[in-house]
Amino acid sequence: MKLVTAIIQPDRLDDVREALINAEITRITVSRATGHGRQMGEEFYRGQAFAPNLIPKVRLDIACNDEFVEITCNAIISAVKKGGSKIGDGKIFITPLEECIRIRTGERGGSAI
Amino acid sequence: MFRGVKASIVFSGLLFCQMPRLLHAQESITPDSGTTAWMLTSTALVLLMIPGLAMFYGGLVRTKNVLGTMMHSFSAMAIIGVLWAVCGYALSFGKNVLGGWIGWNAELIFLNGIDGSIMAEGIPELVFAMFQGKFAIITPALIAGAFAERIRFRSYVLFITLWALVVYCPLCHWVWAKDGFLYNLGAKGAIDFAGGTVVHISAGVSALVASLYLGSRRGYPKTAMQPNNLVMTLIGAGLLWVGWFGFNAGSSISSGLDTARALTVTQVAAASGGLSWMFIEWLKHRKATSLGVASGILAGLVAITPAAGVVKTDGALVMGALASGICYLAITLKNRLAYDDSLDVFGIHGVAGIGGSLMLTFFIRSSWMEDASARAGGTWTIWQQLDVQATAVMIAIVYAALLSFLLLIVVNKTFGFRLKEQDEKAGMDHSIHGEHGYGLLNLH
Repeated sequence: MKLVTAIIQPDRLDDVREALINAEITRITVSRATGHGRQMGEEFYRGQAFAPNLIPKVRLDIACNDEFVEITCNAIISAVKKGGSKIGDGKIFITPLEECIRIRTGERGGSAI
Repeated sequence: MFRGVKASIVFSGLLFCQMPRLLHAQESITPDSGTTAWMLTSTALVLLMIPGLAMFYGGLVRTKNVLGTMMHSFSAMAIIGVLWAVCGYALSFGKNVLGGWIGWNAELIFLNGIDGSIMAEGIPELVFAMFQGKFAIITPALIAGAFAERIRFRSYVLFITLWALVVYCPLCHWVWAKDGFLYNLGAKGAIDFAGGTVVHISAGVSALVASLYLGSRRGYPKTAMQPNNLVMTLIGAGLLWVGWFGFNAGSSISSGLDTARALTVTQVAAASGGLSWMFIEWLKHRKATSLGVASGILAGLVAITPAAGVVKTDGALVMGALASGICYLAITLKNRLAYDDSLDVFGIHGVAGIGGSLMLTFFIRSSWMEDASARAGGTWTIWQQLDVQATAVMIAIVYAALLSFLLLIVVNKTFGFRLKEQDEKAGMDHSIHGEHGYGLLNLH
């Protein structure tokens, strides 16, 4: 089992979710995050452009069995890059996942995902 | 809105050149400080409704569209605010031209001709012009709820500018100018005290046409599109209620008995609307929702708007309650039909506006009916008045629907009304305005 953590641009979230659902990856956790990348984001505040050093991002956490890792990553990458790729598109981290428990039934391991 | 107003528009042309001297020579009226003070207050209260509307609508959309949606209201303040002073007032309250289709008085451009004129009600005409201007701002801003979350900003700007000129100004002229044909329909005119036809029916019907023409948001109705901030929506509804006292009680253009009557029925109808929506939801779902109460309050307020000058408190109670009932049905029906009038502009403003304009006939205070009978030279029945009301309502519906449809086509063919798919998914705040609504403070 692996934990796929993707950090993406907030405006790509809808596309990524659609792509994941199409790839039948339906169990995800989404949270708002802020962070640093190489990107220099630009926003306007009272008409002045400024580059905030902490940029709002969206973080997706997807726990999956090993055979679904590639499918998940490909869905995310293709959805993010759909409108052309640029600095700041984000990153995907894949970490080993020790255990998974479904609270309701007490199931453990791959079948609980 | 200004029954019995002796507008000094006619004089203002004469006064234009030699204002100070002629003013004293021709008009001995001095401003009545009480009336003027209330009308100034009302003008400010009606303006307060527009940020209120921005908050009401802004809270109902998804997080990524909160600023874009609030900008629809705020930009209306800027756009119509300018347009009204430049030529809107001249088009609405000038004398009949083009067979009474619209008004025109060149002296009213930039409000120059009324710089020194005092109306017979004892208020400077500038106050009246500004008071009317706020109505012109809020009406197109109301429509924005129908196509929320999916349109281009520049197309919206063009649309409301054109809409104000060819839909709002003519309707306003017909209903509220002394020579307007709906003002003079029947024994004592079609009753539209504060804007049932001009504001709510016109905005509601245009909203319905726009939502049908422009189509649904991506994913509607399958995807849940939950409000991002109901707290803000409730504050907005509260501001609307407060502002509505200026909207209705100010429309008496006086500070006396009529004002008190209008204020009372406004309060009662709003409360009755909120209460009955609460009750309906409790019957249906065993839960009264905050958005439901806010919707009921608005339904009551909209329904009493045309009626505030002629009905009594018991009538206001019934009208508020019935308005909630029919609006609830209308929104249930919309969900069945699955067209995307996103924030229920037609469901609330259109339906309660039509309902209120017709229902009021059955609750008219007897002194009004006696006066109408006297003017008709004998009898004037509620059925005759209902006929007048229905005519005015039909004219407003047909006119607003047709002209809005034409304007939608024009704007769509020139600029393109809908956002690109990519931009709609990203949200208006990011794609159009380069901002985001929440969390700016923790980005350091």
